[in-house]
Amino acid sequence: MNVSTLTTVFAQGPVEAPAIDFAAVAPILIVFGGACLGVLVEAFFPRHTRWTWQVVLALLSIGTAGLAFGLYLREFTNPTTTLADRLAVDRPALFLWGTLIALALAAVLLIADRTIEPGGSFVAQAAVRAGSVQDHALNIAPGGTGPAGMRTEIFPLTLFALGGMMVFTAANDLLTMFIALEVLSLPLYLMCGLARRRRLLSQEAAVKYFLLGAFASAFFLYGLALLYGYAGSVKLTDIATATTAGDRSDTLLFVGLGLLVVGLMFKASVGPFHAWTPDVYQGAPTPVTAFMAACTKVAAFGAIVRVFHVAFQASSWEWRGVLWAIAIASMAIGAVLGLTQTDIKRMIAYSSIAHAGFLLVGALALTEEGRSATLFYLLAYGFTTLAVFGIISLVRDADGEATHLSQWAGLAKRSPVTAWVFTFLLLALAGIPLTSGFIGKFVVFTAAVQDGMAPLVVIALLMSAVAAFFYLRVVVLMFFSDPAPDGPTVTVPGVFTTVAITLGVLVTLLLGVYPAVALDWVGPGLAFAP
Amino acid sequence: MPVLGVTTTVAGPVIEAALAAPVHPAQQPPPADPATGLALYVPLVLLFVLAAGFAIFSVVIAPFVGPRRYNRAKLDAYECGIEPSPQPIVGGGRMPVAYYLTAMLFILFDIEMVFLYPFAVSADALGVFGLVEIALFIITVGFAYVYVWRRGGLDWN
Repeated sequence: MNVSTLTTVFAQGPVEAPAIDFAAVAPILIVFGGACLGVLVEAFFPRHTRWTWQVVLALLSIGTAGLAFGLYLREFTNPTTTLADRLAVDRPALFLWGTLIALALAAVLLIADRTIEPGGSFVAQAAVRAGSVQDHALNIAPGGTGPAGMRTEIFPLTLFALGGMMVFTAANDLLTMFIALEVLSLPLYLMCGLARRRRLLSQEAAVKYFLLGAFASAFFLYGLALLYGYAGSVKLTDIATATTAGDRSDTLLFVGLGLLVVGLMFKASVGPFHAWTPDVYQGAPTPVTAFMAACTKVAAFGAIVRVFHVAFQASSWEWRGVLWAIAIASMAIGAVLGLTQTDIKRMIAYSSIAHAGFLLVGALALTEEGRSATLFYLLAYGFTTLAVFGIISLVRDADGEATHLSQWAGLAKRSPVTAWVFTFLLLALAGIPLTSGFIGKFVVFTAAVQDGMAPLVVIALLMSAVAAFFYLRVVVLMFFSDPAPDGPTVTVPGVFTTVAITLGVLVTLLLGVYPAVALDWVGPGLAFAP
Repeated sequence: MPVLGVTTTVAGPVIEAALAAPVHPAQQPPPADPATGLALYVPLVLLFVLAAGFAIFSVVIAPFVGPRRYNRAKLDAYECGIEPSPQPIVGGGRMPVAYYLTAMLFILFDIEMVFLYPFAVSADALGVFGLVEIALFIITVGFAYVYVWRRGGLDWN
C-alpha cells in the first residue's frame, strides 16, 4: 500500500453543503435558539430578574416556533426531506410538531407557576444536601422575604428537551434519531431531580431515570449498529429497501430490530420496559411529570410509528407477533397494577403504561388508518394527562402535594369544581363517550381490527374495562366519602396553571364532541417522506 | 446467503446479477480492490505492534538501566486523578469537590477537541460549509463555557 491509495480512500473530494429548507426547520431552530439564549440569561442576569426573563423567553420561543410552524404549514404541499435526508418533513412529523409545541406551551405554564408553591415547584439550590440546615434555610422565610426563588435553568432545559423531541419525531435515519433521543433525555433526567419538596424522592427518581435511560439508549445504539450491519445504511428508507431484497442475514435484522425496539419502548414507557415510570412520575416535580408524561409519550410514539411504518413494514410478518405480546403485557401491567396503587401520581403512571399499550395497538396497525389513529390518540392523551397532573399539583396540605389516595377522599365537598374537572379528565382517560379518550380508543381499535388484529383488540377492550375501574374508584372516593378533618385543601391556582388546565380540559372536550377538527388533519394522505 | 450481512466480494457480482431491480447505492457490494479491503488495516496493526513493543521494552529495560531510589511519591497513582484512599466514608478521608467540576469541564472541552481534530484534518475538503458548521459548533459549546465561567465554575475556591 502506498500513500496515494490512502489519499484516495480518505480524501473524497470537496463536500457538498446539504440544502437546508429553513422554512421547514425554523420551529426547531427557534426552540434551540431560545434554549441557548436561556443559558446566556442564566449567565448574565442577576438572580432576582431571571425568572421573569426566562418565562418571557421560553413562552416567546415556543410561541414564535408555533408561528413559524403555522406559516410553514400553509405553504406545505408534498412530503419531503431536508438537511441531506436527515429530517423528514411530512404530515406525520408536522402533526406531531404542532402537538408538541402546544403541549410544551402548556407545560411551561405549569412549570412557571409560583402561586401554588411559594417560590415555585423547583428547588432554589439543587446542590445543597437534602434535609441539611442550609436546605431548611432555603425554604423557611429568611427575614420574612419568603422562600428563595427556584432554579430557573429549568426553562432552557425544557426548551432543549422540546427541540430534541421535535427532531426525534422527524428523524429520517437512526443516527439522527439517536442524537435526538439523547438531546431530549439528558435535560429530562436533570429536571426530575429538582423538586423543592421531597427532595430525596426527587433525586432518587432522577438517578433511576438516568441509569435506566442510559442503559436503554445503549440498547438503541446497539440495535442501530446491527441494523447498519444489515442494511449498510442507517436511513429508514434504505433499511426498508434492504428488507424487501431479502438477500441478507435475518439474524442481524431481527436482533437489531429487537434491541432498537427495547430502546424505543423504554422511552415510551411501554411495559415490560416500564419499571422506571411509577418511581419517576412520582418523584419528579409534578409540572415536570406533566411535561414528561405528555410530550415524551408523543415524541416516543411518533418515532415508533415512523420506524415501524417506514423501515420495517415489509418484514412485519416476522416481528408483529412479538410486539403483540409487548402490547398485551403493557396493557395488563398498567391496568392490573394500577388497581393496587395508593398514590395518585403512581396510579396515573400505571395508567400511562396501559395507554402506551393501547397506543402500541394503533402503531402496530401498519396502515394509513393505524397511523392517523395513533397520532390522534397521542394528541388526545397528551392534553388530558397534562391537565390531570395540573390538577394533582393543586391538592395540597402542609407537606406539599397530598398525593395519597386517602387524602383525596371527599374532595368534592371541599372543592366541587376541582372534583368535577378531575372526574371529567379521569373519564377521558377511561375512554367514556363525549371525551377525547373515547374517540381515540375508537379510531385506534377500528384501525387495528381493519388490519387483522381483532384478538388483540378484544384483549385491549378487556383491559380498558379493568383500567376504568381504578379511575372510577377515585371518582367514588372524591364524591361519596367524607373528607378527613385534617385533609388537604385545594389551592386556587394562578393564571398560568389555570390557563394550562383549561387548555387541557377544553381540548379533551373538543376532541370528544367534535373530533373532526383533528381527524381531518390526520386523515387520508398521511404519507411519510420518500 | 451471506452470514453477518457482509456481502462478500466473491458473491457480490452474482447477487447483483440476481437482482433485476436497480440496487440502491447503499446496498452495492464494496469494490473488489484489495487495497481497500483488509490490507488497509496493515498500518494500524503495525502501529499496535509497535506500541505494544515499546511498552514491553520500557518495562523490561527499566530495572536494568535505571537507578533505584524509592520514595513516597513513587507509590502514588501517577496522573490517575484523586487519591483513592482513605475513602471519604469508611476511612475518614476527604476529597476536593472542586475536582469534579474540573473533570466535568475537561470532558466538555475534550469532546470539543474530538470534533475539532477530524475537522482540522479535512478542512480543505469541507470548505466554507465545514467552516460555518464548526463555527456554529464552537459557538454552542461557548454558551456552556460562558455559563460555567459566569456562575463561578472556574473559581477554584
